[in-house]
Amino acid sequence: MSVWSQLVGQEPAVETLSSAVTDPASMTHAWLFTGPPGSGRSVAAKTFAAALQCEQATGCGECTGCRTALAGTHADVRLVVPEGLSISVAEMRALVQTAARRPSTGRWQIVIIADADRLTEGASNALLKAVEEPPSRTVFLLCAPSDHPEDVSVTIRSRCRLVTLRTPPPDAIAQVLIERDGIEEERARWAASVCGGHVGRARRLATDDAARQRRAEVLRIPTSLRRPSDVFAAADVLIKAAEADAAEESKERDEAERAELRTAMGGDGTGKGVAAAKRSAEAAVKALEKKQKSRATRTQRDTLDLALVDLAGFYRDVLVVPSGSRLNHPDHAEHSTEAARRWSPEQALRKLEAVLACRDAILWNVKPRIAVEAMVSTLAE
Amino acid sequence: MSSAAKPSKTSKNAAPLHLVLGDEALLVERAVRAAVDAARAVDPTSELTTLRASELTAPVLLELASPSLFSEGRVIVIEAAQDIGQDTADALQSYLADPVDGVVMVVVHSGGGRSKAAKALPNALRKAGAAVAECNKLTKQSEREAFVRAEVKRAGGSIDAGGVSALLDAVGSDLRELSAAASQLTADSGGKVDEQAVRRYHRGRAEVSGFVVAEKVVAGDEAAAMESLRWALQIGVPHVLIADAFADAVRTIARVSAAGRGNPNHMAGELGMPPWKIRKAQGQVRGWSTPALRESMRIVATLNAEVKGAAADPDYALERAALKLLAARNRR
Repeated sequence: MSVWSQLVGQEPAVETLSSAVTDPASMTHAWLFTGPPGSGRSVAAKTFAAALQCEQATGCGECTGCRTALAGTHADVRLVVPEGLSISVAEMRALVQTAARRPSTGRWQIVIIADADRLTEGASNALLKAVEEPPSRTVFLLCAPSDHPEDVSVTIRSRCRLVTLRTPPPDAIAQVLIERDGIEEERARWAASVCGGHVGRARRLATDDAARQRRAEVLRIPTSLRRPSDVFAAADVLIKAAEADAAEESKERDEAERAELRTAMGGDGTGKGVAAAKRSAEAAVKALEKKQKSRATRTQRDTLDLALVDLAGFYRDVLVVPSGSRLNHPDHAEHSTEAARRWSPEQALRKLEAVLACRDAILWNVKPRIAVEAMVSTLAE
Repeated sequence: MSSAAKPSKTSKNAAPLHLVLGDEALLVERAVRAAVDAARAVDPTSELTTLRASELTAPVLLELASPSLFSEGRVIVIEAAQDIGQDTADALQSYLADPVDGVVMVVVHSGGGRSKAAKALPNALRKAGAAVAECNKLTKQSEREAFVRAEVKRAGGSIDAGGVSALLDAVGSDLRELSAAASQLTADSGGKVDEQAVRRYHRGRAEVSGFVVAEKVVAGDEAAAMESLRWALQIGVPHVLIADAFADAVRTIARVSAAGRGNPNHMAGELGMPPWKIRKAQGQVRGWSTPALRESMRIVATLNAEVKGAAADPDYALERAALKLLAARNRR
């Protein structure tokens, strides 16, 4: 099976990329993958890397080059996936250094930056130098939601070739869920229809009960705001879900990481000099805790953002119900039709804007609880 | 009240072993000085050595505290004993078991400490019969009042209750500043300090927290709210803290108003707030309508983003938000 089958519903992009692999004339040193969330930007980048490292030079999906590149273990493919809120300059400088090396086993030295929109200004300037004058066998693959200057600085953007991915059609998503993940057809079709074009989210909804339940809870909010106290109950649902997600993830990883670091720094040792070693270990533990906190904040924001996108989708549905176009949440069509009768388009739009304003507020580092409660109290009006 | 602030009995201060426990810098400094002075009173030629525990090693301690040929007096001050290492702590213990005549040891310990040896040190010193001077931070208002009274007395004057509270309002909670202000006032007013004397030299309030400002805003007192906000900004209360206090005040009222009337003690669990907070909010709810509260929640959410960088000038953002909140409350 060719590696390109990983890219769901992205035929135009596949065409561009595969011709770049086979034809040296259409290859270039820096690529920028943009597209809506879930369209598979990082998957596209990984797939492209695999095809470039393929021993057949086609992206066969069978050879060692393809398999290791896809699994993220290829020696000449460097993957940067920020877990925290941003990518730092220090990280980028180190990356630029390794990017300057010649490929060891593959044909190219490939650097994939999964969330290029999280580069800090300093980090993107550090990267710019390398993208500007790249070594002859190095390829940079950047992924970002769009090529807007807020996501990717114009200087980087102008030195990259742009590959835009589109929102995959529900049928293509359902097909993938059935074929690749072995999900039964009915559920796959349902998940594909409600995921908003996000392949990963469709898979999660199709396989994870908790995710389905959380979505149902979120979509109950617009129709459940009757009494003033409902505002706080609804806000609580959103916040608690996000906090629980972050806590669950950190519980799994934080303690293990800390124990590992302690052992590495000679934690349970005895004898002379232990006290001095412990003092220096403390600094390392502090740095780790800072990293873990950043990661927890990110998880919390991501979960909250997912819920807010679902909510925004509902209000969009309320607006478009009269026009009869395709809904974000076809399974809640009853509610959105009912709401469209009760609210004027202006009211619905105001609510939709409150949700979007809340997403912005969270990007501005507003305390989630304050932002969400302000949003829900607007929704209740 | 800490013993350090008052001149203690000479017999205690002349003890050969002192433990100064706590982390209030002024009191610690005084306690150490008192101990050193007492030692000097006994033997004016005593040699003073001051060392941080982290720099002290067992051999150095041994050398400092060993009997000398002409048995001259020595005072050893060990600072920051909470950072003491195991070896040094052991050396100190063995010295405690067999002290040397003419050596006065003053150990300054914050009361905390990371290692086991450091944590155990205060108790060991107590057991060895050290004169203990407690120098903890003064956290309660009554402790501060007592401190001011003692300071004025030290300076040879007296102060009445009105004067004490006026001085605390005006100067704040920093002991060094309070002490300086107390002795200055005593000198200026000829020994009798009262509220009027304090007002003559100190104007305005030293400490305005975000909560004080927020309380005035939600109470609808425009003049007082703006005054305290300006004060808070003037003395450098962080913008984010003031904005958070606004948000907290508004959402508390909104939650309590949404929950309806009821016994604060019963509602505490459900709302996740302490009963006193609910009781206070129930009093404030009266001036607020539901639409006003909704609008206010949006105002504080916007403000929260503004003080975190969305606004060009956070001072202006805070003032505008305060005025908007007041306007929302007063609109009926």
